Amino acid sequence: MAKIAYRDAVRDAMSEEMTRDSRVFLIGEEVAQYNGAYKCSKGLLDKFGPDRVIDSPISEAGFAGLAIGAAMYGLRPIVEFMTFSFSFVAFDQIVNNAAQIRYMSGGQIKIPMVFRGNSGGGHQIGATHSHAPENIYATFPGLKVVVPAFAADVKGLLKSAIRDDNPILVIENEALYGRESEVPDGDYLTPIGKANILQEGTDVTIVTHGRSCWTVLEAAQELHKMGIRAEIIDLRSIKPLDWPTVFASVRKTHNLVCVDETKPFCGVSAQVAAEVQRACFDHLDAPILRVTSVEAPMPFSSALEDECIPNVARIIEAVKQVVA
Amino acid sequence: MTQKPLPTGAGVLATTQPLPDYGKAPELSREERLRWYRLMFLTRKFEERSYQSYQTGLIGGFCHLYNGQEAVAAGTFAAITDADPVITAYRDHAHGLMRGIRPGPAFAELYGRATGVVKGKGGSMHYFNVDKQMYGGHGIVGGQTALGLGLAFATKYLGEKKVCFCYMGDGAVNQGAFHESLNLAQLMKIPVIYVIENNMYSMGTAVERHSAPVELYKRALGYDMMGVRAEAQDFDLVRQVSWTLAERARKENMPAILELMTYRYRGHSMSDPQYYRSKDEVEEYRKHDPVEILRGRILSEGTVSEKDLDKLEDEVRKEVQESHEWALASPYPAQSEIYTDIYA
Repeated sequence: MAKIAYRDAVRDAMSEEMTRDSRVFLIGEEVAQYNGAYKCSKGLLDKFGPDRVIDSPISEAGFAGLAIGAAMYGLRPIVEFMTFSFSFVAFDQIVNNAAQIRYMSGGQIKIPMVFRGNSGGGHQIGATHSHAPENIYATFPGLKVVVPAFAADVKGLLKSAIRDDNPILVIENEALYGRESEVPDGDYLTPIGKANILQEGTDVTIVTHGRSCWTVLEAAQELHKMGIRAEIIDLRSIKPLDWPTVFASVRKTHNLVCVDETKPFCGVSAQVAAEVQRACFDHLDAPILRVTSVEAPMPFSSALEDECIPNVARIIEAVKQVVA
Repeated sequence: MTQKPLPTGAGVLATTQPLPDYGKAPELSREERLRWYRLMFLTRKFEERSYQSYQTGLIGGFCHLYNGQEAVAAGTFAAITDADPVITAYRDHAHGLMRGIRPGPAFAELYGRATGVVKGKGGSMHYFNVDKQMYGGHGIVGGQTALGLGLAFATKYLGEKKVCFCYMGDGAVNQGAFHESLNLAQLMKIPVIYVIENNMYSMGTAVERHSAPVELYKRALGYDMMGVRAEAQDFDLVRQVSWTLAERARKENMPAILELMTYRYRGHSMSDPQYYRSKDEVEEYRKHDPVEILRGRILSEGTVSEKDLDKLEDEVRKEVQESHEWALASPYPAQSEIYTDIYA
């Protein structure tokens, strides 16, 4: 086990898979000579050359579509969006082509590829650059969506995604790129569709994912001091979602708080709440509460922005309300 | 309404750069020429039957017919091989039939049956036959232009010396994905030929009402790309110019726009009352019919008798009728099929 930064885990995953399989290539804005806008592809151009690490012009629809076409032909592309907020420029390619072509071709075609990149708010870059789009993409059958929070998970999930025969979105977060955590040695895969219990507890289940995992862990320390033992589930994978792990935890703790950075309306937490009330109705001691981003575009001022994404104070307030 | 240019027999009408001289396309054998004629005639009869089936309510949704444009698909396909990938938009029956889809599964798809070429999951606009490198059949205007780029990119990545022909209607030239694809194709030297099937109307909007430059091949100028405008009612002329551009793509990895001037006899789709053009205009074009032109050429060459062509045409008519009946007798898909083919 070595402690490495999240961005280096992303790089290592791509490097290992490109070494293993010559059909894997990386395309995106600034991924080659610049070494990645967030340095996630550092050194890959030198290692694999310009035929496999490809700087694209700013043409999200064009290079996303190029990669989908290449995947239709049997290559295994990795598309880097500098941020997933820019993926909306390629929305038609992702949702109408990557997601639907297998179905519409009656199963003749596979789309083995990865879309990955930064997402989320908290960096004062304004509403258009701060989207957390995992709930949006998760609504399209044909796509898989994973949102790793830790270096070990982003490496293992990205490697699994590259080897998977479906189009998969690996949604990262700028706030996480510099954070270090332990990563297993050697070649390993993290299964897509399996949640991870970050902390066991008895009083309340907190279901979360992505950057919010770190916020929830911080909040859990405060809750511990108040005598509240929270069980924390990191979904890791939004589509498919590990319902058995979520349901088993709620049946144990009888309380649920959902925490995530998508919007409250039709967000990931809304989906979790709906399924849990159906499957665990008799086990719940209190209404399910959600702590999400707020129903507003992301403001620029940090004084406002800090209130718009899940924070420790809002999480503690919700948990206290549920266990009261 | 502006008068539309009628075919003159000139073939290539204009280019943005001098065309390289790779000489004449290799001669097709008598059998090969007959095969292409048969496929064009089959496409015509298939579409006529589809027209009737739509009118009688056998086909739901959209249905875009190819009547009048047959020499585009046939002439371009005959310039390459079945190993070269092709991809098109939603007016795709011809591209499917000419890349190995049998008329039975083709009709069955229109009728929503389990025996359809894509199991009743795609319909008229989404024919696929990957065995013969036919990659769809795509419903969003211009969306396939980036996919064609990717198919061509993949062949180059794998060092296969292939070319991808990516088809689109004239209406697609105004989509962003197309322009992004043109820039990437020229910048990265990707062997893709964008065939604009210019039938003069984007649905009901005539070219001069939807495109600032009416000469669509000139879109290539903005990307320092080869652009060619050619007439497209004559199979042999289409094949020759396509072959030149395909050779250039194979040898030099150079993309191109090939604007083929054609005409559709039917409406944009089956629900089109065609208020935007006159009956006289359609009749003028019918005098330059691509199926009749190739038929006349083959007869004048004297290698096939009229009797033999009549026989071939009767066989096709019979095949179309039997395929239609086979498709109608096919079962609908099982409900369980809703949930298959979503993930690999």
